[in-house]
Amino acid sequence: MTDFLSEEPLLRASGVTRFYGDRIGCRDVSFELWPGEVLAIVGESGSGKTTLLNCLATRLAPTAGAIEYRMRDGAMRDLFQLTEAERRFLMRTDWGFVHQNAADGLRMTVSAGANVGERLMAVGNRHYGNIRGTALDWLERVEIDGTRIDDDPRAFSGGMRQRLQIARNLVTGPRLVFMDEPTGGLDVSVQARLLDLLRGLVADLGLSVVIVTHDLAVARLLSHRMIVMRNGEVIETGLTDQVLDDPQAPYTQLLVSSILQV
Amino acid sequence: MRTRLCLNDVGKTFTMHLQGGLAIPVVAGVSFAVDAGECVVLGGPSGAGKSSILKMIYGNYRCERGQILVTENEKIVNIASAAPRQVLALRQKTIGYVSQFLRVIPRVSAENVVAEPLIAQGTGEAAARKVARDLLARLNVPEALWGLPPATFSGGEQQRVNIARGFIAHYPLLLLDEPTASLDAANRAVVIDLVNEKKQQGVAMLGILHDLDVREVIADRVVDVSGFSARAA
Ligand SMILES: Nc1ncnc2c1ncn2[C@@H]1O[C@H](COP(=O)(O)OP(=O)(O)OP(=O)(O)O)[C@@H](O)[C@H]1O
Ligand SMILES: Nc1ncnc2c1ncn2[C@@H]1O[C@H](COP(=O)(O)OP(=O)(O)OP(=O)(O)O)[C@@H](O)[C@H]1O
Ligand SMILES: [Mg+2]
Ligand SMILES: [Mg+2]
Repeated sequence: MTDFLSEEPLLRASGVTRFYGDRIGCRDVSFELWPGEVLAIVGESGSGKTTLLNCLATRLAPTAGAIEYRMRDGAMRDLFQLTEAERRFLMRTDWGFVHQNAADGLRMTVSAGANVGERLMAVGNRHYGNIRGTALDWLERVEIDGTRIDDDPRAFSGGMRQRLQIARNLVTGPRLVFMDEPTGGLDVSVQARLLDLLRGLVADLGLSVVIVTHDLAVARLLSHRMIVMRNGEVIETGLTDQVLDDPQAPYTQLLVSSILQV
Repeated sequence: MRTRLCLNDVGKTFTMHLQGGLAIPVVAGVSFAVDAGECVVLGGPSGAGKSSILKMIYGNYRCERGQILVTENEKIVNIASAAPRQVLALRQKTIGYVSQFLRVIPRVSAENVVAEPLIAQGTGEAAARKVARDLLARLNVPEALWGLPPATFSGGEQQRVNIARGFIAHYPLLLLDEPTASLDAANRAVVIDLVNEKKQQGVAMLGILHDLDVREVIADRVVDVSGFSARAA
């Protein structure tokens, strides 16, 4: 059960700006993410969604602005002031990052079981039997048959790879997961299954999620709140159903009207 | 506190930027209140703005003029100026909404679709599913369908799943957008019973009901929305 009224945000972005030379990636983005909240970032290609997500996840340094995160001890810390060891620890344990292309988030030459088990070992698990048991458990949660545990992801379909990437990310019990177009590149029926799986896991685990998508139906199904971006800037933000059903900005109205029904 | 919902000078105009900024005034000066245990029905012709008013109360449409005050425990929240997460919290515990159509969630069974709001309010899964099954049975949804996702159900079956989902949890304020459209007489009678039970529990209800027979039985008061016409104003 999500408590929408927790007192403290989990993540706070203030004036986040990223230039690539003199080209704008994203500019002056500010928002707060609350525990258990799913925030969708939508907008057309090149609008700065991935740039913003990568800044939030400390995969890219902002040119200006600050990103703060509430650590497990309750302290709010500026992510770019953390030591490298602290940052790595966060990325391995408290966070997940789901890439559009599963090959970017998996190790393609080791088994499915090892892909999941590796993250557990990174947080100090050493008992082989437990690790394999937990990995098997997670494969089943993402609807991958346990008999495939020793196969390489190279032998998996696109949808299975994506589900494996999700298991690998969730096995350490993260509080925050970043996703960049997790359903992009999959065909429609495979997308529906993945979305449904994600929706269930996010609710069961009470995860906070920042998900980048250009698909408004994905945003409708998964997110509580939405940020609409264009040319690197935030155009509109609000409750997902309000932004989709009563869009205010001209650009958002265009975006919503250009799809059939969401 | 007796008053559960109070609208004060609420107005709504849609601005259609893709049509050169065309302004569509919908309602203006909407003011009325709903008390605990009372069912108020919004009347007025098609296009008068009845659904828009319900959607502003649920936070689905933005309310750009006036106040929409909802009693949450001992607090009063103004939906017109509430932060998104406050609205989400209200939807979890305080305001229920029975829409005209079920928004189908792929692969989730009817039983789980119905149980979800009760689970979100903190009831255990097994107990919530039991209540869901009882409600589906009361609404004459065939037992063979309970385990299936409603995507393939008939319009009337989906509507009954939707009603069960809307009525299962305890919300002090319940919004009903034509809950009896496309139902037969037997199922309309079940909805009337459900509404009466909610009244007894002190739930405040605001509804849109085109069905005059049902309206006659459950409405304590009718508020005519054409009196709040933005065009006349
Ligand atoms: N490494 C880079 N070097 C130079 N410019 C870049 C780089 N990465 C992104 N950009 C530019 O920054 C802008 C935003 O790109 P970004 O990848 O964030 O967009 P996006 O919204 O994720 O688009 P898409 O939906 O196509 O993935 C674009 O104009 C892009 O060309
Ligand atoms: N999202 C929207 N964007 C633009 N205009 C809208 C939107 N929603 C409603 N309207 C307009 O607002 C007016 C009132 O519509 P509304 O659906 O509230 O009427 P209603 O009284 O519920 O009608 P009915 O009895 O037919 O359901 C109509 O002119 C409608 O076209
Ligand atoms: Mg991108
Ligand atoms: Mg209507």
